[in-house]
Amino acid sequence: MTHFATGSVVREEFALLPHLLTAHLALTLFPLLVGVCLSIPLGILCARSQWLEHLALNAAGIVQTVPSLALLALMVPLLGALGITSIGFLPAFLALVLYSVLPILRNTVTGLAGLDPAITEAALGVGMNARQRLLRVELPLALPIIVAGVRTATVWTVGAATLATPVGADSLGNYIFAGLQTRNVASVLVGCVASAALALGLDGLGRVLLAGVTRSNRGLTWTALAAFGALYLYAGSALASRAAGARNDTIAIGAKTFTEQYILSQILAGQISRTTGYPCEVKQSLGSSVVFDALAGGSIDAYVDYSGTIWSTVMKRTEVPAERADLVRQMKTFLLEQRGIQVVARLGFENSYALAMRRSRAQELGVHSISELSSLSPHLTIGGDYEFFGRPEWKSLTAAYGLKFQAQTSMDSSLMYQAVHQGVIDVLSAFSTDGRIVALDLVVLDDDRRAIPPYDAVVLAGKRLAREHPRALEALRRLSGRIGAQQMRAMNLEVDAGGVSPRATAQHFLSELMSNPPMPGAAP
Amino acid sequence: MIEVRGLTKAFGAVRAVDAASFEVPAGELLALVGGSGSGKTTLLKMLNRLIEPDAGSVWIAGRPANAVPDHVLRRNIGYVFQKVGLFPHMTVAENVAITPFLLGWSREAIAERVAELMALLELDRSFGHRYPAELSGGQQQRVGVARALAARPELMLLDEPFGALDPITRDRLQQSFASLRRKLGMTAILVTHDMAEAMLLADRIGVLQAGRLVQIATPREILAHPATEYVERLMETPRRQARVFDALCDGVGRA
Repeated sequence: MTHFATGSVVREEFALLPHLLTAHLALTLFPLLVGVCLSIPLGILCARSQWLEHLALNAAGIVQTVPSLALLALMVPLLGALGITSIGFLPAFLALVLYSVLPILRNTVTGLAGLDPAITEAALGVGMNARQRLLRVELPLALPIIVAGVRTATVWTVGAATLATPVGADSLGNYIFAGLQTRNVASVLVGCVASAALALGLDGLGRVLLAGVTRSNRGLTWTALAAFGALYLYAGSALASRAAGARNDTIAIGAKTFTEQYILSQILAGQISRTTGYPCEVKQSLGSSVVFDALAGGSIDAYVDYSGTIWSTVMKRTEVPAERADLVRQMKTFLLEQRGIQVVARLGFENSYALAMRRSRAQELGVHSISELSSLSPHLTIGGDYEFFGRPEWKSLTAAYGLKFQAQTSMDSSLMYQAVHQGVIDVLSAFSTDGRIVALDLVVLDDDRRAIPPYDAVVLAGKRLAREHPRALEALRRLSGRIGAQQMRAMNLEVDAGGVSPRATAQHFLSELMSNPPMPGAAP
Repeated sequence: MIEVRGLTKAFGAVRAVDAASFEVPAGELLALVGGSGSGKTTLLKMLNRLIEPDAGSVWIAGRPANAVPDHVLRRNIGYVFQKVGLFPHMTVAENVAITPFLLGWSREAIAERVAELMALLELDRSFGHRYPAELSGGQQQRVGVARALAARPELMLLDEPFGALDPITRDRLQQSFASLRRKLGMTAILVTHDMAEAMLLADRIGVLQAGRLVQIATPREILAHPATEYVERLMETPRRQARVFDALCDGVGRA
């Protein structure tokens, strides 16, 4: 199923490169600057105090042991709890600052501690005060080691910044996350090569600076410093113009981290801009809870979620109402009253969690429904995406059917369909609209005890859209009932297996929408 | 010139220096001798407050040493370290110029003084732009002495300055230091464990034993009337060396 993208997709990818590279540069340079400004003074204090050294190095070491993806994700609820905008540049910036501290701090402490005591005593002996000794002797002598620490931090930060995508900060990680989900190898490669090139470039500049400093070559030192200064000015101005201009008149559409969401976000954005002319931007690959918080906090204006997801993860409800429409009604009231979020449209299809098996395997076992699976489950293995086994739906499934599998495996949602197809796992927690259910000839098992709530795809809109852009809201409302399950599955397959970009698929959908009249009787 | 009263320093339970008192008149060189751990380096470092004393006082040129901030005090006292301690990231000229620079001398005055000192210590002028690592051990210590002399200090402190040098270099440097000191009329305190060096360079010798100053007198007096058995034993080594040497020389002369 993996494919190399076609020419138009590649062009589309490269069109984004200047913006993403600049965003990535800003996401590297500013955390590093703050990291340097924190770590070097802290390192100097540590060199004077044993207990502070222990404290600071251990704390920085602990931060380092937190996987960088988790550190970035942790910033979102942390900032949220403080009531600060928790999506986008800020959480990524803070996590990357923390991440850059250790190598710089450690090298500053090591550099200062490793100085020959004969030389530091001589500095006092010739009549320097503490400040003069630090600035004229200790720091210059420790500088090569400190700069080496900064270079290490630079390479780490460039790498970790690719993980800023799920918290809503644009970076070269956008290529990697989206590419992995849509099995677009070219996109993944563009992201990797560009971030590697950025890391090498910045490290090379650091090397020039180090050479200038150690050989007391002023020309070299100033050249490197000027180059860094220019990069900072460039990244800073890009950041400033984005902060000043973007949020005022651009409508931001969010997307979670899977193909269907990439397509739907492009449909939403396309629908708004073609009917109202407002500029839209798509914030891709947001974590599933991040995207809801982003809407509630006003960092994005609209996205597509699923009624069952809101029902169980936001409203924390476990019982399943008999009527699909009843759930949507309750959800609508809840979101509007509790969060000020509007349910603008029901797109018309459902993307439910569903247990699926390879057709031949299901026939061999004679399984059609989940209740028929329950007695066989101790001999079978099940796989699901990272979220699934922690979600309330899984608990209610196991409770309703008494499921007890031999083994359960979490894996990336882009790989799990292959896994069940190849027989690595017997049962899969699939998404009912995934094109690969048809493509790989899988069967969906009937949820005969109704343990899983319905998952109507709904367009959610934040307060700002209703207040400032009622026409955009109106444009989104017109998508009501316009996407059937069959069509969604076809579009997903087109991207996942056909090498078409989500954007092109969305544009194709919208142009067809214009020529077809709305389906009757589809109200949100 | 310098007057020391009851200077005391303890590290934990050990009294490194115990109530040391002495005076050094202007132009005189006092050598502090004693075995390792006798407290001679600790005593020297208390004179310019590289180590702060627990008790006692130091007066230099009629002023108490703790009347000014320690770094100001040290700018007026030359200090030569056993391990030289040249700044490796500065050129030889910058090393020599450091104390005048800290005192805010003009650029011209500094350049003139550096040239003067390079000549005085027989250092080639081309060395000025080199880094310490490019110099031999003897040359490095000459730079160390030049750095200590740079701001025309009223007092020089030397901590085993020739200890790490090979015998020939050490002898040459001792000779040039002795003549330099006579030329400049310099007041100095020299710490050494080498009795012969103390005899050769010092006007008076102070002997330290376990932190106590047991005798302070001219070399001749110490040789003639050692105050304690310890002092006598210390003097025994150079005495025996001299006897052996004399005997050998006599033998050579007869043949």
